[in-house]
Amino acid sequence: MVAGGLAVTFAVLLLTWANPLPVGEPGFWIIVRSRATAVGTIALVATCQALATVLFHTATRNRILTPSILGFDALYTLMQTALVFVFGMAATQVEGVGKIIVQSLAMIAFASVLYGWLFSGTRQNLHVLLLVGVVLGVGFGSVSTFLQRMLTPSEFDLLSARLFGSIGRGNPDVLPWAGLIVAVIGVLAWRQRRTLDVLALGRDTATNLGLRYRRQVVVLLVVVATLVSISTTMVGPMTFFGFLVATMTYQFVHVDDHGRTLPMAVLVAVATLLGASFVLQHIFYAAGLVMIIIEFVGGLAFLIVILKKGLR
Amino acid sequence: MITLEQVAKQYGATHALGPIDLEIARGGITALVGPNGAGKSTMLTIIGRLLDADSGTVRIGDFDVVTSRPRELAKVVSILKQENHFVARLTVRQLVGFGRFPHSRGRLMTWDDHEAVDRAIAFFDLAELEDRFLDELSGGQRQRAFVAMVLAQDTDYVLLDEPLASLDMRHAAAMMQRLRDAADALGRTIVLVVHDLNFAAAYADRIVALSAGRIVAAGTPDEIMRPDVLTEVFDTPVEVLEHRGRPLAVYYRP
Repeated sequence: MVAGGLAVTFAVLLLTWANPLPVGEPGFWIIVRSRATAVGTIALVATCQALATVLFHTATRNRILTPSILGFDALYTLMQTALVFVFGMAATQVEGVGKIIVQSLAMIAFASVLYGWLFSGTRQNLHVLLLVGVVLGVGFGSVSTFLQRMLTPSEFDLLSARLFGSIGRGNPDVLPWAGLIVAVIGVLAWRQRRTLDVLALGRDTATNLGLRYRRQVVVLLVVVATLVSISTTMVGPMTFFGFLVATMTYQFVHVDDHGRTLPMAVLVAVATLLGASFVLQHIFYAAGLVMIIIEFVGGLAFLIVILKKGLR
Repeated sequence: MITLEQVAKQYGATHALGPIDLEIARGGITALVGPNGAGKSTMLTIIGRLLDADSGTVRIGDFDVVTSRPRELAKVVSILKQENHFVARLTVRQLVGFGRFPHSRGRLMTWDDHEAVDRAIAFFDLAELEDRFLDELSGGQRQRAFVAMVLAQDTDYVLLDEPLASLDMRHAAAMMQRLRDAADALGRTIVLVVHDLNFAAAYADRIVALSAGRIVAAGTPDEIMRPDVLTEVFDTPVEVLEHRGRPLAVYYRP
């Protein structure tokens, strides 16, 4: 309830605060509408990250890993770098639905091939999958670094601006489509919440209760891949935001079944991201720093949780 | 009836199971006994479709364990392994409620489901603990909650891997008595792995003895609880006394 109230409050504040025109003027609504894209993007990305992380935790039965450990951020970086490397400055000028669809599909295809391969036959060990994800991530990172060395300074400058997560990059043409996909995933996850609860009990218990465990986990990981791809192609890589949100969610709900964690995670994520945007944009006048600060806080939380679990 | 035909499983270079042929009749309690590494748990997890055999077939009633729809199978056979660790925080009632999942399939639980959960909770004396979280329980209480979950699943066949592990004398005896009641009053077929021979002798209708991946002996407690049979199975001297008309194995000091 509190998280929902905060989310709505920050959304209204972001839309209306510091609006140069008085309420009721036609111009007032034009400004609100132009800001709505940014607010919509923030809400959508927050929803993606929240659902992806909670579902990822369910699939891996681990609450410390984040989807980015599977090499997604690194793949995004590599794709952007390769684009600039091959097409030069022109690549950064191309925007639009087509590019985003291609990027998302490439990332979903990558994830599906990886999981399909890893889960076929006898290789069904999740830790192997994660290790492969980490190794691939490092590999993609190295290739990106190598390509970046060979860029001209101006190309590199454009690229680095693109590689920092930025919520100002929302695209009004893509937003409704991405929103539709995320909404469909959200509804399906909600309807399957009892199945997700059983899946979280692990392979043996889930099999005993009549689930095709391996297939369900692969489907779940592809869904996670889809959500992360949408989020990453819209605003760039985010490593620790999902972790921050999921960790807070598990603190807030005492009994963690998916009927509670999924909606709570979405509300917490939307409230956090909208709140941070509002505070940084209108109080500290540092709109560009939103992602950097969230990642900083998330990274700190990650370290604290790891250290606490390690000491226990 | 549970039927195993030529079931075999290779584990690395040294450990192997089978090929095993075995029939376990419907009803009553069947205890699997044998030394460490004999393949008791492996055989049980293969029957319970948590582990794929390298070859052979396992049939439970009319169902082939590998080819049957998992959803249907989960209404016929349930299995509980020894180690159960969950990431999520669950109450006892939630855990037992999961046993109804094969019947409710994700929809909200019906009145029948709640009744089945209530029955399982009452059967294992968990009423006072039902709102406690699993991580707040003692090992014995948690074990009871897990067994209550598979009983709430309402399956004809119940497979339990060492349900007495981590239970003290009192709780172990109480657990066996409850399983005996479940077999007698509810008509369940219970197959379990036990380490304490005397529990098997006191409560089981049939004992199957395994050694080095093979079935060495199978029969009623009176047929198995004999010094020559047990000494061969466990490869250590075992004496058998009679106590209140039941065989009692003694092996503490040869």
